[in-house]
Amino acid sequence: MEDLLAARSQMAMSLAFHIILAVVGMAMPLLMIIAEGRWLRTGDPIFRELAKRWARGTAIIFAVGAVSGTVLSFELGLLWPTFMEHAGPLVGMPFSLEGFAFFLEAIFLGIYLYGWERISPRAHWLAGLMVLLCGTASGIFVVTANAWMNAPTGFDFIDGQFVNIRPWEAMFNPMWFTQCAHMVIAAFQSVAFAVAGIHAAMLLREHRNTFHRHAIAIALPIAAITALAQPLMGDLLAKATAENQPVKLAAMEGHFETETRAPLRIFGLPDEDARTTPYAIEIPGVLSFLAYGDFDAEVRGLNDFPRDEWPPVAIVHIAFQIMVASGMWMLAISLLGVFLSWRRRRLFTARWYLWLLVITAPMGIIAIEAGWVVTEVGRQPWVIQGYMRTADAVTPMTNLVVPFTVFSILYLVLSVIVVYLLWRHVFQSPDLDTLQTLKDAAPPASEPPRADTPDTSNAPLPDSD
Amino acid sequence: MLELPMIVAAIIVLALIVYLLTGGADFGGGIWYLFATGERKDAQRRALTDAIAPIWEANHVWLILVVVLLFVCFPPAFAAIMTALHIPLTLMLLGIVLRGSAFAFQSYSAGAHRLERRSARVFAIASVITPFLLGICAGAIASGDIRRLESGAIDTNFISEWLQPFPFAIGALTLALCAFLAAVYMTVEADTAPLKDDFRRRALWSALATGACAFAAILLAMRDAPLVWTGLTNARWAIPFQLITALAALLAIAALWTRRFHLARTAAALQVALILLGWALAQFPYLVYPDIRITEAAAETAVLRPVLIALALGSALLLPAFVYLYKIFKPGPSAHTAPSPDEAA
Repeated sequence: MEDLLAARSQMAMSLAFHIILAVVGMAMPLLMIIAEGRWLRTGDPIFRELAKRWARGTAIIFAVGAVSGTVLSFELGLLWPTFMEHAGPLVGMPFSLEGFAFFLEAIFLGIYLYGWERISPRAHWLAGLMVLLCGTASGIFVVTANAWMNAPTGFDFIDGQFVNIRPWEAMFNPMWFTQCAHMVIAAFQSVAFAVAGIHAAMLLREHRNTFHRHAIAIALPIAAITALAQPLMGDLLAKATAENQPVKLAAMEGHFETETRAPLRIFGLPDEDARTTPYAIEIPGVLSFLAYGDFDAEVRGLNDFPRDEWPPVAIVHIAFQIMVASGMWMLAISLLGVFLSWRRRRLFTARWYLWLLVITAPMGIIAIEAGWVVTEVGRQPWVIQGYMRTADAVTPMTNLVVPFTVFSILYLVLSVIVVYLLWRHVFQSPDLDTLQTLKDAAPPASEPPRADTPDTSNAPLPDSD
Repeated sequence: MLELPMIVAAIIVLALIVYLLTGGADFGGGIWYLFATGERKDAQRRALTDAIAPIWEANHVWLILVVVLLFVCFPPAFAAIMTALHIPLTLMLLGIVLRGSAFAFQSYSAGAHRLERRSARVFAIASVITPFLLGICAGAIASGDIRRLESGAIDTNFISEWLQPFPFAIGALTLALCAFLAAVYMTVEADTAPLKDDFRRRALWSALATGACAFAAILLAMRDAPLVWTGLTNARWAIPFQLITALAALLAIAALWTRRFHLARTAAALQVALILLGWALAQFPYLVYPDIRITEAAAETAVLRPVLIALALGSALLLPAFVYLYKIFKPGPSAHTAPSPDEAA
């Protein structure tokens, strides 16, 4: 394996692994604090149990995410020292801020996970809120740095050097807002669907278990709201891409000829040599409309750009199709869910809908991975769009296939263990008897729970920690 | 006048010191997990994981802060280090991943006992390897073998810069320091007298090991790391500084000997901070000796100034939160006044 390819593969593999853990770490705190907040308001111990169990799953994933994120911060330099030497100061502002946001997130997650009996319920809930805010901020800052690679601004390029650096301009580059909003929504959307799907599967096994009904009742509204918002955000991002990275947009659409009334292509398999995209359903004018808000607008095709500046068209186009299809599917499932709950709350009794939720569980994650392929592969051959090629940024180190192989095996093993542990935690969810014990042990709702009363609610469970 | 690059460099050193004092002690916890012995073996291990669990992720972030500051503010130094030390840094990363994941797996094993036991062992072994490699990298940076050519390229064969006696001696020293810190902290945090005694013995032995490693490192520095050797012996500040460090070390040992564990903890932390500070002073004004100086490697003022402002604002949020975390999980002397059953007996 060629060293450049090995370096790219290692980076891609590390990111593909980390991105799932990162979005879970970002979105799970929202579900946790909603559950905990409802416990604080109603005194219903099932909500507390739900928050605790979700927190355990989050803890496993956050720990692995924290270390795989550390790996990435080193890999930026280990694999792409030339890129970091030039881009470091330019992406410095978002990365420094991300450092602080992540730091605060780690601190408050420690307090949240281990502080249940040490601080007041209200302080504990606030710690969870801090995890949510800092996690989201940290995600936004990282994506901001990535957006700069797509739309580099905030410098003068003189003799191959990035000089007269304007850090704020680099940070608030033309792509930052649309890319960040798209990613943040995707994070909450994918995690909400995954959680709803897992609890739907459990509810299919024990269809009267209120534990899982409570869980779905929290996750599904988030899933629905984000699934409805995402296509709008995606459209804004497509417009920003059309303006800043016309090559990427052309590759996403398998669009070779520059034309007015450009068609939207659904499915299709781009052929770079023939410069066509056969097997596609073409809807005339829609691409022009989506990119520029005008059915007659001209959309530049790949043929307008030098061949050696094309990204791998087929990969980008197919990944884009997968992302959009998953998004549309999730949108349909959401609309169906809204309809069902509006029609006399049939949501939990409609087994076919629970099955649909189970099938939909991985869609968000698939969409995120595919969307990330669109972003990153779509920028090739550039690491900094228009300024630095990926091939010029790689380390002189040789035999990079070795670390690539080692880290791939390691991450594979970790994935298996994480999935296995999450599965064990899910299948130890409380059964009906345990839930009744929980209810009996709880104080009446009129008395708010206090930190200094002995915690009996957790005692009868098999894996209480 | 204080220049911006110097301020950033000082902050990096400070973050490294805090990382060694907190994250380093977590590594030490893993080392003692591996070498838990005697009849209270399980109690020692439980005390160690309880002490690490709520805080390790926060402690770990200091390292990320150092890396980010390095590539934002001193990009040529970052590129040089990451290029020449590719191998030990990659191995260190493997250690970091294994350690963090394995610790989480054994904490949240959901009753999977075999996985729990194996994870605990992986956590312990990775806790030994990781600080050792970190020390090797630090030693290599100071030894003067990482050369940056006029063109900006790094003259390296990726091996001879770090596969040397001196970096390995620094690796061993780092390992000893981590073990020492963890053992001393645990004399305060362990909740029974026999456990405190277990860790007291370990603290005293590792103090001895630290001294031996430091002595070996200094001897090797004479030949292999002229910059550190000159700094630590010839500079104007060197002798008084060495004396203060030695006094802190003696104080830590004396306090351990007489079982004044809170005093021992303060003295040990001071000693370790001074060792790292002495190292930083000896290496001044170089980031990577002898081709990359702090001022030459620094990014433009337009980059440094906003980063420093962000650091100041971030610290205003971060430091109270960090203190709050430690207040919750590491209560001070006042909270420990109630004697544990064993001490009372």
